[in-house]
Amino acid sequence: MSLLSIYNKWKKYISFFKLRFAMGLQYRTAAIAGIATQFVWGFMEIKVFYAFNTSDPDSFPMGFEQLASYIWMQQAFLALFMTWFMENEIFDSIMDGNICYELCRPIDIYNMWFARSVANRLSRALLRCAPILLVAFFLPEPYSMTLPPDVFTFILFIIAMILGMTVTAAMCMLVYMLSFFTVSPQGLRIIFSMTAEILQGIVIPIPFFPPGVQRIVELLPFASMENVPLRIYSGNISGGAAAKAMLMQMFWIIALIAAGKLIYRSASRKITVQGG
Amino acid sequence: MNKEKQNCQHKTSAVKLYFHYISVKIRCMMQYKKSFILTSLGQFLSSFNAFVGIFFLFRRFHSIAGYTYSDVLFCYSIVVMEFSLAECVARGFDSFSRIVRQGTFDRIMTRPRNEILQVLGDNFEPTRLSKMLQAIVIFGYGISRSGTDWDFIKVITVILTVICGTAVFCGIFLINASLCFFTMEGLEVINIFTDGAREYGQYPIDVYGKRMTRFCTFVIPYTLVQLYPLQFITGRSDNILFAFLPVAALLFLLPCYALWRFGVRKYKSAGS
Amino acid sequence: MIVVKNIRKTYRVTKRNAGFSEAVKSFFKRDYETVTALDNISFSINDGETVGYIGPNGAGKSTTIKILSGILTPDSGECLVDGRIPWKNRIGHVARIGVVFGQRSQIWWDVPVVDSFELLKDIYSIPADIYSRNKNELTELLDLGEILRTPARQLSLGQRMRCELAASLLHSPDILFLDEPTIGLDAVSKIAVREFIVKLNRERKTTIILTTHDMQDIEAITKRVILIGKGKILLDGDISEISGKGDIDRTVAELYRSYEI
Repeated sequence: MSLLSIYNKWKKYISFFKLRFAMGLQYRTAAIAGIATQFVWGFMEIKVFYAFNTSDPDSFPMGFEQLASYIWMQQAFLALFMTWFMENEIFDSIMDGNICYELCRPIDIYNMWFARSVANRLSRALLRCAPILLVAFFLPEPYSMTLPPDVFTFILFIIAMILGMTVTAAMCMLVYMLSFFTVSPQGLRIIFSMTAEILQGIVIPIPFFPPGVQRIVELLPFASMENVPLRIYSGNISGGAAAKAMLMQMFWIIALIAAGKLIYRSASRKITVQGG
Repeated sequence: MNKEKQNCQHKTSAVKLYFHYISVKIRCMMQYKKSFILTSLGQFLSSFNAFVGIFFLFRRFHSIAGYTYSDVLFCYSIVVMEFSLAECVARGFDSFSRIVRQGTFDRIMTRPRNEILQVLGDNFEPTRLSKMLQAIVIFGYGISRSGTDWDFIKVITVILTVICGTAVFCGIFLINASLCFFTMEGLEVINIFTDGAREYGQYPIDVYGKRMTRFCTFVIPYTLVQLYPLQFITGRSDNILFAFLPVAALLFLLPCYALWRFGVRKYKSAGS
Repeated sequence: MIVVKNIRKTYRVTKRNAGFSEAVKSFFKRDYETVTALDNISFSINDGETVGYIGPNGAGKSTTIKILSGILTPDSGECLVDGRIPWKNRIGHVARIGVVFGQRSQIWWDVPVVDSFELLKDIYSIPADIYSRNKNELTELLDLGEILRTPARQLSLGQRMRCELAASLLHSPDILFLDEPTIGLDAVSKIAVREFIVKLNRERKTTIILTTHDMQDIEAITKRVILIGKGKILLDGDISEISGKGDIDRTVAELYRSYEI
């Protein structure tokens, strides 16, 4: 493939991204309100852990400033990892059968939807992260966010973040694909999102799980979403542990995409055979 | 056809009309049984994660700011009950931006009835009661683990707390609805006080510090329907005043209603 | 009797140009523009009249209807409907009027139509005897029979519009506002709706105020037309002034052109 054709291929995703970004900007009050909301949520979350830490400091599984950074990063980049942010448009087209028109077109739906949901998540996150992070850095101790220990950690964090977002998108793709085979895609979506919310560490960070549960949860794909980048950033995991976690992320990316494509193939066969 | 004046007749009572609305609403929902069951199930599960979070945290920690596991469960279940009842009753306020955008509010204005009665009646949402059911289960679980001595006044206190707490949440939904007259979209900020309060109200409010407690007493009276009755019920305080403090929270509805009136006036002068 | 005197109404709207950089700019600063929807409107309508209120899109038709039905308060001017100021004492006013929005439904989608009627009975506090008499009469006149037991979502547009008309007349209003009542209807339903409105006016002496883009509606139903354009009343007179001169659509289009609206 020539460079030009690659550029052309990506151009539509970039313009899609720009469109989403502009749409996001239009709802000014909504954006400001969203940022304020996430800020308060982060703050309250930290307050709860602060109270636990004061009552029972010996049981606290990570440094408190690590936890603060974890929570702020989580709030700032919520859109990258939240599984609730799935596209209704896709579910609708599966439910009402419009999907067969898309299947007739000479493009790979899996790739298209994948790129679209990544563009969606990125535009949402970029719109909101900066103000939250800015304020979080200037908060008084112990609520403030801290910089990562060194540049190397920061680079690792960025890579892990990209990997984590890819795992999230691949996971959501799997749900879209599975919804071809279920009676109630919405039901599937609710169950999946709830499971993901607890197991990826949004409700409480994974280090706070009981040790036995934690060991099992860390093997699941959900732990390869926000858990890895946020813990690398805060310095909770580093060195060998970080490398292992990132390898795990790569494994899940490959496994989830492979599974998704496999289901996609049988779904499109099912649709073409039945005629939608 | 006739044209007699009906000025001398009695008005159908608001209560009767409200229940008539609810019965129509339920008949509508029964047309979509599958969707009804699924939504109810989703609602039942929706705050389950918060419970799992508490459960995990209390396997690790023994207490938070002097409160035990059962105290927290108690708080959590009361707040979820209040919230889900409010969602069921005041869903119309919660989804008010849609009502304004679709022009349904114009229709409401052309009917000779109080606007709030119509908005609430027409948007009653029974599926939220399944969340209430979940909260009741956890309430029972929390009680069974705590060594509270129950008496008549404490039972009354629980009931008062749930009712007045529901009213507080309805008030916040009403504020959100009123804001729709000004912004068309409603403000996501209000989520802090609705979803946020549900989420963070699972812990007694003084866990969040003195300033937060003061804010949640004098600005939005959450503590009156959570912290103070809890103090009384768990026996931390025998101040009988705390048992009836929830009633004072009803005062919060006055400014909410004033804002609503102001919003309606704005709507009448600006339209949609 | 409806008396409207020097009514003015303006709106403030945001404006934004297209383009990505404009979107970013408007995030920080917004421009507003004042639009005059009604500019010193005056007219009066007697009891039992049938009036067609016409004009191009955005001329101020629905603003007028909203003011007369108590939804909107004008910036200035006076308005009395049977001695009532619509935007004051809203509840007392709307109990005596009926409003049909052609594009919006007032009956509940998922229950049989008759259930909607029952609810409206309680909303308008209609006494049982008057309710059943009105319901029976309307059922017969609009040929609703079986339709009443069907959920509204299963009805055709024409059937639904007939139900809408009945729904807005159960409380025997003195004045009926009709906002595009025949939009999207097939020929048979259109004629049925028109005939019904004419009959309603004749037998019940209900004042009819009709806004529509369908000039056949105007010709069939109204005796008087008010033409509004750019917020001003341009013409107020007998229907004969515009009908009977060949194709009425052409005549009206010619009128619009001559007023540059």
